[in-house]
Amino acid sequence: MAEQYSYLLAILVIPIAMFLFLGLMTTKLSKKVAGTLGTIGLGACLIIGYTAAITYFASGSLEPIKVMDTTWIDFSQIAEGFSINLGIYLDPISAMMLIVVTTISFLVHLYSNGYMDDAHLIKYGHEAEGLAKHGFQRYFAFLSLFTFSMLGLVLATNIFQMYIFWELVGVSSYLLIGFYYTDPAAIHASKKAFITTRFADLGFLIGILILSYYTKTFDFDTLINGSSSALATMHGTTFLGCSVLCWAMTCIFIGGAGKSAMFPLHIWLPDAMEGPTPVSALIHAATMVVAGVYLVARLFPLYLIAEGSLVVITVVGAFTAFYAAAIACAQTDIKRILAFSTISQIAFMITSLGVARPEYHEGVGYMASMFHLFTHAMFKACLFLVAGAVIYRIHSNESSHMGGLHKYMPIASIACLIGCLAISGIFPFAGFFSKDEILVAAYCNNFWWGAWMSMVAGMTAFYMFRLYYLVFWWDTPDYEAHGHHVPKEAPLVMTLPLIILSVATCVIGFLPFSDYITYNHEPLHAGHNWTVIISSTVIALIGIGLATALYLKKNDKPGKMQNAAPSLWTAAHKRFYMDELYMFITHNVIFQNICRPIAWFDRAIIDGTMNMFANITNSASYAVRKLQSGSIQAYVWIYLAGAVLLAAVAIICLI
Amino acid sequence: MELTVLMYLIPSLIMFGCGVYGFVTRKNMIAILISLELMLNSVDINFVVFNSFLFPGQLEGMFFTLFAIAIAAAETALALAIVINVYRKVKNVDIKEISKMKF
Repeated sequence: MAEQYSYLLAILVIPIAMFLFLGLMTTKLSKKVAGTLGTIGLGACLIIGYTAAITYFASGSLEPIKVMDTTWIDFSQIAEGFSINLGIYLDPISAMMLIVVTTISFLVHLYSNGYMDDAHLIKYGHEAEGLAKHGFQRYFAFLSLFTFSMLGLVLATNIFQMYIFWELVGVSSYLLIGFYYTDPAAIHASKKAFITTRFADLGFLIGILILSYYTKTFDFDTLINGSSSALATMHGTTFLGCSVLCWAMTCIFIGGAGKSAMFPLHIWLPDAMEGPTPVSALIHAATMVVAGVYLVARLFPLYLIAEGSLVVITVVGAFTAFYAAAIACAQTDIKRILAFSTISQIAFMITSLGVARPEYHEGVGYMASMFHLFTHAMFKACLFLVAGAVIYRIHSNESSHMGGLHKYMPIASIACLIGCLAISGIFPFAGFFSKDEILVAAYCNNFWWGAWMSMVAGMTAFYMFRLYYLVFWWDTPDYEAHGHHVPKEAPLVMTLPLIILSVATCVIGFLPFSDYITYNHEPLHAGHNWTVIISSTVIALIGIGLATALYLKKNDKPGKMQNAAPSLWTAAHKRFYMDELYMFITHNVIFQNICRPIAWFDRAIIDGTMNMFANITNSASYAVRKLQSGSIQAYVWIYLAGAVLLAAVAIICLI
Repeated sequence: MELTVLMYLIPSLIMFGCGVYGFVTRKNMIAILISLELMLNSVDINFVVFNSFLFPGQLEGMFFTLFAIAIAAAETALALAIVINVYRKVKNVDIKEISKMKF
């Protein structure tokens, strides 16, 4: 059974080999060769990924398969069978992620061939020649590194392997956000992203250590099926009023929340938009940021035992969904709007996992979360690539520089419309199916969770259509007067991914997801919930209607609303001052009151002691230096004196 | 008159004392070398004396002395060679003046 999938190893080997080759040959390869090679490599991964996933789903059995599992570090002296392994694990969710990662990554590679062209790079590279000259090749090398890390993450057989690749995606994200290294904003954003996620990963590591301390295993299979007695011990042991298992799972979730940009660790994702737009589509919308959701889904049986942590997850998810949606309504940078929308949508998935219980509607929340992850990856990548196409022509992220583009870029406009309809949850687009399942799960858990998420869904429809109208309708600025050419449709390599993704958005909602991806590997039979379907459609239509009324044609209503509550607008526009709060806490509280005294202690006491020892030794050697004169005769005098002294001592003793 | 062991050891001690005195006070390298030879010879005398007084009929001390003389000869030859070479370089055999190799 497992041997059948042994070719899956190639899906990891190809991207890493491509990364090494492109990375080492950066200065030797031409742009065309580097781009083509990267795309072909990813094409091979795409074929392998699809073959494996389709074979797996068609095989009829949804039992997890360990394709390979090699011991890397052996801890068997601590406990029987305790080791860190590296391997490939195939189960419904990892097979689904294979499809998501390879599809989006391939399309983004294809798209980047057009997007990262000379004109674009020179714009950023006028100060550093290297960016314009070799940036393209470097970019493809990093994309391959990212794809390798992400595939390793989803195929991990144990939580430690997942942690290793978890850090690797963090690194590739850092490298790609800071890709335009001539721009200080990009450098700050990359550092911010890396430090914030790294800080959250500390929680993840602590969680792993607590969990493995009790269960003596890292392996997902053993954790979920074979260590119930250890888990019962963990559940029984309490610490500060909660069970240890609950603490461990919450700590692991902190890592997931950092990667998935949940409040209050979300601050890095909007800034990560400083990176190239295809990167935002791949890493910061479709794949890496859903790693947190994937992590919770992977360990879902453990979360079900530790119900307290599921409540934490629900609260964090539901709050973040609303918070990000509220900010998205007041942003003007189109990539920032999409970033906050991503945060909000991931929060939907997280909430869905948080409210899922086996007894409610056959545990629909788990399946809904994975389904939304899948559909969201498609339509959000599509929206980001549309944004990229627009930015490619307009050379600006600001929505005020755009407008009326429907006339100039019809394909992008239609793709954007499809994406917006999908994210709003309008039949028959993909988002309709997955979002309704999430709302069903929320209503089953508690009416108020459902109502809250429905409200956020309405806001989603509003701000997405606000974005759509501001970019493609509203008012047409005089493009000639701004000194650049009249915008036109992006080249074919860029529009082709848009078309593929929009078509996918239209059809993937009909995939029989509930037959394959459920928390217990049993098909889900629960029927439709017409109340939720109708109410959510009505709410979405209200949101769209409101956006249409306000933003379809240029008018002064939005300005009037803004003036009616200026402080609210400013607060939302400034992201409710979370960045300022972080700055205050880190600089004024932590650096000033904690780090500064520690630094003083380090310099004055620790270094001071060491310096004192060094100084004493130094001055002592200065004092005795004269003794080593190099004059043999002086030595003989001292020797003689010593010998006489010893003889005298010996004689006195003998007498 | 019976020759006692002290009659041998006292001249040997004086010789050794002269050697040490010469070694630490002379400035001339040749003089230092001569003082060194004095010390060696006094030690040789001690060997022979102790051998014949304490272990008459045995020859270990005698042979040891012969070895010491041979080695001392070789060592003197070597030291003289060095002194001559140093003299050729710096035109001097005063030990206080030769300090080029010091730190």
